[in-house]
Amino acid sequence: MKTHTLSVLVENQAGVLARVSSLFSRRGYNIEALSVGPTQNSEISRITISVNVEGHALDQVIQQLDKLVNVIDIIELPASTSHQVELILVRVAVANGASDQKKIDAVLEKHGAHVVESTATSLTIQQTAKPAEIEALISELTPFGIMELTQSGVVAMGRTITS
Amino acid sequence: MAEEMTGAQSLIRSLENAGVDVMFGIPGGAILPAYDPIYDSKIRHILVRHEQGAGHAATGYAQATGRVGTCIATSGPGATNLVTPIADAQMDSVPMVAITGQVPSSAIGTDAFQEADIRGITMPITKHNYLVTRAVDIPRAIAEAYHIAASGRPGTVLVDVAKDALQEKVNYEWPKNIDLPGYRDHSQPVPQSIRDAAALIAQSVRPVLYVGGGVIKANAHKELRALAELVGAPVVTTLMARGAFPDSHQLHVGMPGMHGSVAAVTSLQKADLLITLGARFDDRVTGKLSTFAPGAKVIHADIDPAEIGKNRHADVPVIGDVRLTMAQLLPAVKAEFAKSQPDLTPWWKQVEGWRTTYPVGYDVPSDGSLSPQYVIERLGKISDPDTIYTAGVGQHQMWASQFINYEKPRTWLNSGGLGTMGYAVPAAMGAKVGAPDTTVWAIDGDGCFQMTNQELVTCAINNIPIKVALINNESLGMVRQWQTLFYNQRYSNTDLHSKRVPDFAKLADAMGCIGLRCERPEDVDKTIEAAMAITDQPVVVDFNVFRDAMVWPMVAAGTSNDDIMIARELAPDWDSQEL
Ligand SMILES: Cc1ncc(C[n+]2csc(CCOP(=O)(O)OP(=O)(O)O)c2C)c(N)n1
Ligand SMILES: [Mg+2]
Repeated sequence: MKTHTLSVLVENQAGVLARVSSLFSRRGYNIEALSVGPTQNSEISRITISVNVEGHALDQVIQQLDKLVNVIDIIELPASTSHQVELILVRVAVANGASDQKKIDAVLEKHGAHVVESTATSLTIQQTAKPAEIEALISELTPFGIMELTQSGVVAMGRTITS
Repeated sequence: MAEEMTGAQSLIRSLENAGVDVMFGIPGGAILPAYDPIYDSKIRHILVRHEQGAGHAATGYAQATGRVGTCIATSGPGATNLVTPIADAQMDSVPMVAITGQVPSSAIGTDAFQEADIRGITMPITKHNYLVTRAVDIPRAIAEAYHIAASGRPGTVLVDVAKDALQEKVNYEWPKNIDLPGYRDHSQPVPQSIRDAAALIAQSVRPVLYVGGGVIKANAHKELRALAELVGAPVVTTLMARGAFPDSHQLHVGMPGMHGSVAAVTSLQKADLLITLGARFDDRVTGKLSTFAPGAKVIHADIDPAEIGKNRHADVPVIGDVRLTMAQLLPAVKAEFAKSQPDLTPWWKQVEGWRTTYPVGYDVPSDGSLSPQYVIERLGKISDPDTIYTAGVGQHQMWASQFINYEKPRTWLNSGGLGTMGYAVPAAMGAKVGAPDTTVWAIDGDGCFQMTNQELVTCAINNIPIKVALINNESLGMVRQWQTLFYNQRYSNTDLHSKRVPDFAKLADAMGCIGLRCERPEDVDKTIEAAMAITDQPVVVDFNVFRDAMVWPMVAAGTSNDDIMIARELAPDWDSQEL
């Protein structure tokens, strides 16, 4: 199965998120991640959904979503033709003092991530990047001991130039 | 000029503006402000005895007339009592609007007295729903609700109105236009899809018209008849489509599905093309999906794009109003046929073989007791073809579908998708209110009847003279049939003892109806005629029937349509048929 990113424009009304998520649970579709936020138009919100389905089922997901009265538009955003960004905050243990600190700094530099809080025993790191880069960063930080991790869903936007 | 009034007055004014002429309901605290203007309104309000009855009555009204049905209830238990009919109507794509009162907006979320989150509860069982907390939003919500319920694929819309919104003063304004940016009109089929469908039809030598309830919803029976006669293909009508095409027509080969005719089921199985019109490949029709109509290409005409490919791949999807679709298919198919028209003679020879060898029939009980199928068959013969029938859910429902000839749309109303016991009596009440000059028979089971019969009181008091044919087999017959076939005749909790208690004739009498009883085959006609002669009061006829009668043919749940049985342990003799 493949992860698809759907950008769903909805009317900014109470209960819309419940309608969308209840549709997914009722029809047995698996949401991997979901993020909601405003758009440039205050009457419209955007829900970005990562869903794990096969081609035919994806069509069903889109058609069923489209039936919701408050759903204005649905666009599938393939990774190749869109900007896709995730945000994480991750707290890593600094167990072996300076030697760990140096190694972690190297990882952060390689990924362009930055530290938002630093104590004697931990570093809190923030990163905004493509989902694959986020995944790579997490796996490189894992050996040091991840104490806490919080991760947003994907937010995405089609490219202006797609060729 | 905007007129000042309360939110409650604006609600009732909005319903009037939406064209509502009747509604079914029960008042209570949260909806009470709305009942004051109802007192003066030209809308007829029928006070039911249970909110479930209000919902099914609105459904019966909508099914019989094609207009949107309306029911109204208070918050909490009033609203939750509507849940079953709301789910029922939505499953069968019935246009219905349910209005509920809600606790004051300041109390929402506090577990206030009689608070239930009915918008949340009904989200998965409505086409759309609203929670209105400000009086100014009432007219727009009502206008949108009726538009959404009636247009596209019809469905149920709930409007929950907080009590303070009903009490607030507001300037009434009926919206001039409806602006729903996310609600798309799919009624016009794409011309290319029509051409593709016509081309497939012109190549098919074993086509079948698979007709669903959408044809009735779209008022497309004339176009269907024209198309069927042009193509010359066998026509099958699903449980929701009975009456969309005349049963007496030469091209009609019966109902498909679990209790369909051998000819209907088998012609779908052997077809090379399914011309699917407003049907949705329900599991009760397809049997085991992977073995359904294995050699058939599929044209799927439906107004709901989400139905395309949901259960069965469509080779040619035609998204649109099925009436427009068929109207456009007619010239397109004619043009194709002018080039070449396939010869369906060999196909008809096969279909005719199944039809004549395996007509839907029944055995008469040897002990001289009354056969339920006979009762229903006689009822259909004695009644005129305009008669509207409703049914409950169970064996009597299947027999009512099998043994009555439906010649016209909107004469057969039943709960197809949800299979709701208790549908028949309140739906008959609603149908009779919508079509007061038409005879309405509820064909009900003794089990179903005991779920909603209190609406006969409503009928008696409000001069709604429906007739009930109670097929009393003293059991939950359909469940008992499954126990006979699949649970070694272990009849766990299906015996209702309803030839002893209740005394249905007395019960009918106590509810202000005429109660009749019939126990012998020789009394059937005269009892039906006696019931027909009563036109100013509801009538209930308790037909005491043979309890071991079973519904045949049958495709057991989850098995292939190829394994259809025509009687217990008896499959059709395929070998002697050329297939
Ligand atoms: C509300 C509800 N509860 C349970 C069922 C399951 N069920 C289906 S048919 C049936 C028996 C109906 O009995 P009756 O009304 O006497 O009809 P019969 O099959 O005997 O003709 C039952 C219990 C149902 N369909 N609906
Ligand atoms: Mg029964």
